[in-house]
Amino acid sequence: MQYIPNILFLLLLVGGVSYFTLNIRKLIRNINLGLDVNRTDQKNVRFKNMAKIALGQTKMVRRPIAGFLHIIVYIGFLIINVEVLEIIIDGLLGTHRVFAPLGKVYDVLIGSFEILALLVLIAIMAFWIRRNIIKIKRFLSAEMTGWPKSDGNNILYFEVVLMLLFLTMNAADYKLQLLEATHYVKAGAFPVSSWMIMPLIDSLSEGTLIIIERSAWWLHIAGILVFLNYLYFSKHLHILLAFPNTYFAKLTPNGQFTNSEAVTKEVKLMMDPDADPFAAPDPTSETEEVAKFGASDVMDLNWVQLMNAYTCTECGRCTSECPANLTGKKLSPRKIMMDTRDRLEEVGKNIDANKGEFKDDGKQLLGDYITTEELWACTTCNACVEACPVSIDPLSIINEMRRYLVMEQSAAPTELNNMMSNIENNGAPWPYNQMDRLNWVKE
Amino acid sequence: MSRVIKVPTMAQYIADKKQPEVLLWVGCAGSFDDRAKKITKAFVKLLHNARVDFAVLGTEEGCTGDPAKRVGNEFLFQMQAMANIELMNAYDIKKVVTACPHCFNTLKNEYPQLGGNYEVVHHTQFLKSLLDDGRLKVEGGKFKGKRITYHDPCYLGRANNIYEAPRELLKKLEVALIEMKKNKRNGLCCGAGGSQMFKESEKGDKDINILRTEQALERKPAIITTGCPFCNTMMADGVKNEEKETLVKVMDIAEMIVNAQDL
Repeated sequence: MQYIPNILFLLLLVGGVSYFTLNIRKLIRNINLGLDVNRTDQKNVRFKNMAKIALGQTKMVRRPIAGFLHIIVYIGFLIINVEVLEIIIDGLLGTHRVFAPLGKVYDVLIGSFEILALLVLIAIMAFWIRRNIIKIKRFLSAEMTGWPKSDGNNILYFEVVLMLLFLTMNAADYKLQLLEATHYVKAGAFPVSSWMIMPLIDSLSEGTLIIIERSAWWLHIAGILVFLNYLYFSKHLHILLAFPNTYFAKLTPNGQFTNSEAVTKEVKLMMDPDADPFAAPDPTSETEEVAKFGASDVMDLNWVQLMNAYTCTECGRCTSECPANLTGKKLSPRKIMMDTRDRLEEVGKNIDANKGEFKDDGKQLLGDYITTEELWACTTCNACVEACPVSIDPLSIINEMRRYLVMEQSAAPTELNNMMSNIENNGAPWPYNQMDRLNWVKE
Repeated sequence: MSRVIKVPTMAQYIADKKQPEVLLWVGCAGSFDDRAKKITKAFVKLLHNARVDFAVLGTEEGCTGDPAKRVGNEFLFQMQAMANIELMNAYDIKKVVTACPHCFNTLKNEYPQLGGNYEVVHHTQFLKSLLDDGRLKVEGGKFKGKRITYHDPCYLGRANNIYEAPRELLKKLEVALIEMKKNKRNGLCCGAGGSQMFKESEKGDKDINILRTEQALERKPAIITTGCPFCNTMMADGVKNEEKETLVKVMDIAEMIVNAQDL
């Protein structure tokens, strides 16, 4: 009988971690639906970027208020995880505060967790006020209604509950230590819970205190496991994906768009005076699938672009810098990322439902999620790319979709078609004769 | 302004079995747009002044393909690129300078993979190097102490991280450089990029160039300066829209240097 809590704990832990693993495997499978792209060069630079941008939060602090608040929550998250380790060992072995023999070090650890927990609570309150009372514009865009809005708040509520449970657990524990209850070793420092929570429970009996301490302990670890599993369904995956996302980000200048190799082949053939257009295809060459130009659905994007979509935490810094969005156009780079993820999830569910094969559902990213009006509003100015704190590149998706519209569907706006035929006919986007190109010298 | 300026072509250079120090890539705007032609001429004046041995491709030059690439027409882009590369490689071009950040970005970043490897610099970088080498003298003159704001072209700034060369030149002109709230990597686009120059904008509540011009005018400058012919047009249109064209001029940095000393 005495092992029941240990067994329950093990089941809870295994259950929580397994379901999370299952979803992460799904996530990796979905990301791998994307086309291949090689981002393994210049490992030093990549590590440096990851260390600076993800670990060091250098792009977060470009907006000092949000950046500072975020750093508190981020450090709190990282450090309080040490506490989770103790909880897991205690839970599995049936010990209580297994790290207590560390003595002074333990006091410092628990004491600093408490201070961090308080700071996190304050930061979370500030975040909540920013989202719900001050109504900062980027949290109010058209795409931020319904689930994305409540998702943002849910995360904050989760964190408040977890921090309060942690402090309640400590307060009850401390009180029990003072009452010299059995099993409650004297350990830890409680600079926050001792004044914040303790007065509320001061007069309770030892039995009630034990119930409170135990409940807070169990709910805390259960809460952490629920939070872990909530990640996959929320915008909050960035706490994990920010690291690979900054590592695999593009290293070439922002202004450099990829050159499509499939096009290069065709153009070279067109420009080669010796090429025989009627020649039978080389039988020795592998029969290649006809390349599709650009992207109309998520499978036409590369895996980094798909990972970008899962990494996006919908902060909206991109959209708040987008010149098209600032002037009332429909384009919102954040929506491009959210749509890509939503469609990718839909494709993933389709694959799950059809025994591992994608069955055409008559839908695609283009049109059903992202409209041409949004795509044509982009000035390719790279403001969104520059603004993203975790190196997401919405512009590359916009460009791939424009490629599809232009090269597969010839569906550019008329004025752009005129511009392109001018380039084709007279080598300039305007209808001037190429032979007049040097006239400015004489004018 | 109708003084005839000497602008040799690569064809002439090759005929004389000579190689210029640098190829001046004029670009479509610089060749055909009335406003941008003035920028080209100003820059040419500075090249002459610094005794730079340069040539242009002239009628052999064709669009880099940038506007086509930004709207997704990779075919047209690569056809333009390959034709230009074939020509420039035949002329054995080593170094290219251009006053258009769009040409600059495309030539510098997107041509190498297609076989076009050149040292490509923007005219503000080139002018800065002429200055550093003592070949060009830039002094305050007319603009000394004037309130000037600089608009960062996206394809020079964010796209290629060039923020300082143009500002160094302005410093030499001894202007009172007043930055807009949104500057350098946070600079707002003028609204022309991504081939928006060639189409009507999508439905919204304002044109981008108006918003950017408002940001510039907020700082009460005498001159809005920039380093891109498209930005120049957009900002000038914005200023006109606010009916401030008599008070606020929009100029390229090369023009400012020329005007400062009445070259």
